[in-house]
Amino acid sequence: MSPWSVLRLAFRALGRNTMRSFLTALGIIIGVGAFIAMVVIGEGAKARVEEAFSSMGTNLLIVQQGSSSQRGVFGGFGSQPTLTWDDLKAIQTELPSVRHAAPQLRTTTSVVSEEQNWTTSVTGVTPEYFEIRNWPVTSGVSFTPSDMDAATKVVLLGQTVVERLYGTGADAVGQMVRIKGMPFQVTGVMARKGQSPMGQDYDDAVFIPVSTYRSKIQGGLNNYLHGSIFVGAFSPEETSRTESDLRNLLRERHHLSGEVDDDFQVRNLTEIASAQEAGTKTLTTLLASIAAVSLVVGGIGIMNIMLVSVTERTREIGVRMAVGAKPRHILAQFLAEALSLSVMGGVTGAVLGLFSAWRLAAQFGWPMLVRPGIVALALGFSGLVGVVFGLYPAQRASRLDPIEALRYE
Amino acid sequence: MEGAPLIRIDNVTKVYHAGEVEVRALAGVSLDVEAGEFVAIMGASGSGKSTLMHLIGCLDRPTSGRYFLEGREVSGLNRNALAEVRNRTMGFVFQSFNLLARTSAVENVELPLVYSGVPAAERRRRAIEALRQIGLGDRLDHHPGQMSGGQQQRVAIARALVGGPRLLLADEPTGNLDSRTSGEVMALLRGLSEAGLTVVLVTHAPDIATWTSRVLQLKDGLIVSDERRAPIAAPQPAPAGAIGVRP
Ligand SMILES: Nc1ncnc2c1ncn2[C@@H]1O[C@H](COP(=O)(O)OP(=O)(O)OP(=O)(O)O)[C@@H](O)[C@H]1O
Ligand SMILES: [Mg+2]
Repeated sequence: MSPWSVLRLAFRALGRNTMRSFLTALGIIIGVGAFIAMVVIGEGAKARVEEAFSSMGTNLLIVQQGSSSQRGVFGGFGSQPTLTWDDLKAIQTELPSVRHAAPQLRTTTSVVSEEQNWTTSVTGVTPEYFEIRNWPVTSGVSFTPSDMDAATKVVLLGQTVVERLYGTGADAVGQMVRIKGMPFQVTGVMARKGQSPMGQDYDDAVFIPVSTYRSKIQGGLNNYLHGSIFVGAFSPEETSRTESDLRNLLRERHHLSGEVDDDFQVRNLTEIASAQEAGTKTLTTLLASIAAVSLVVGGIGIMNIMLVSVTERTREIGVRMAVGAKPRHILAQFLAEALSLSVMGGVTGAVLGLFSAWRLAAQFGWPMLVRPGIVALALGFSGLVGVVFGLYPAQRASRLDPIEALRYE
Repeated sequence: MEGAPLIRIDNVTKVYHAGEVEVRALAGVSLDVEAGEFVAIMGASGSGKSTLMHLIGCLDRPTSGRYFLEGREVSGLNRNALAEVRNRTMGFVFQSFNLLARTSAVENVELPLVYSGVPAAERRRRAIEALRQIGLGDRLDHHPGQMSGGQQQRVAIARALVGGPRLLLADEPTGNLDSRTSGEVMALLRGLSEAGLTVVLVTHAPDIATWTSRVLQLKDGLIVSDERRAPIAAPQPAPAGAIGVRP
């Protein structure tokens, strides 16, 4: 018998009992559907986390004021300045593992245009800051070296601020805004950056040269840097080395010996991101394994029904043997039935799984990432389930004695 | 083998073990059947008729003794080889028809050809031909449930003949039929026999045996009488003609 006619026979036998075949395949349908939905949704969530972190900046480390152990007690780090401008200079010049280092000083105040006024974060930075955060200027120009040296009153606006002050799609370059009563010229607009992993709007900010910030916005102790230092490493793999280099350098510069806690904090964004990703991955793996278990349960359902079917069709088996079917013909027939059930269940499940993943992804605004390998894996696994759980009933059928099978009532 | 009988059974026994007890269903049977004979096996219930039939039909193997089919020993063959012998040489007709339910007459008749590897189109052609010759050309797509007992048994006979067997084996083929239908089926078998096919049938009914040319009596697993004679019953016009019979 050709494989084709074996398959045709299997489909006919299954078609005789459509409802039963469907219910039997349901276990596989649900198993494969759940598996694919879980994996696809999990990958979407992972991509979303990755995207959120990479939008913060690449290979980013942030050095902040104050020790982590003081945080709870004093309520809010950065309250007691410990970082100095000399620290920044040392980080920039003494550490080969540091690619860029830039200060970030910020305050919340209103920015006023001719007609509107909007309270936002006014941030003093250097041009390297935009490199570290991987955040280009879309129209206009960034700060020039002379802006930095001369502390000119120029400002770069975030997209949200442009929308609030001038309306969506307006060109703000060349406009004047007032910050703390002083006129600033808008020389550029930042590209849209989106949201932080915590849901904060990055685009709700304006940037001015740090020199301007120090002289015009926030005075105070000249030696201390009233903000954070953003540090870019060369690659994601190097961030932990950069982190320890930073820590060693600052401990030495702050004369912290032995047991004394750090009076600063280094936050490694790459590590936080990968920890988050690992968490998502663990959850995905867990859910996918549960789905895989239900596939196996579906297989047991197939085995059960195939055993029933072999018993019901004992006489048919006897007749087939009497007219010349060899044991392997009978084996192939029942194996093909089990396999068709599980593969059809697998295909239906895959379609349903992809569909529900698509619906969920649309709902959460996640990207829909389907690796063909995952669908192939699920289909292959359902086929395997069919063979493994179909084998025993098929073997039982093929080993029947023709006379006893013919006599069976 | 030239000159060898179609069937040669040499001192064959069959012992069943039902729990502790041993049942000697066949206690040493020797028998030759020549090609073209029409043999009836008779005997009381439990005398071993079906057992003998199953051995002749290669559905089972003897406990001891030897069985030569067309001069070739088949008593020691394995399941695969026996399946092939059945497929090539035998046609079976059963008391309870044993057609596949919810399967059309044509597909039932095709079944032996499926296992001898005949291509689908050829299979269909030969099955339709066999059904036509047996007078069921208008029932090709009917399922067993849609046919009378006599029609079902004729489909079963078509199935037994479609592969061109040397030997037709029928275990009480008329057991489930009324006397008129029985007569029709017997006339069909008689026609096949006259066309050269060897037919062995098991029956309880003496009037059925009168259609045959040789009657064996079994008792407690032994042949107690073996009568050859001219068939008595008036030969009716054979509806079948020669259906794929190899002389
Ligand atoms: N599978 C079996 N296991 C045990 N004993 C069996 C088996 N098959 C047949 N027998 C016994 O062998 C003996 C012969 O059985 P067989 O079926 O050949 O009788 P039979 O002549 O065909 O009877 P009937 O006319 O009732 O069909 C009986 O005693 C029966 O009980
Ligand atoms: Mg019997």
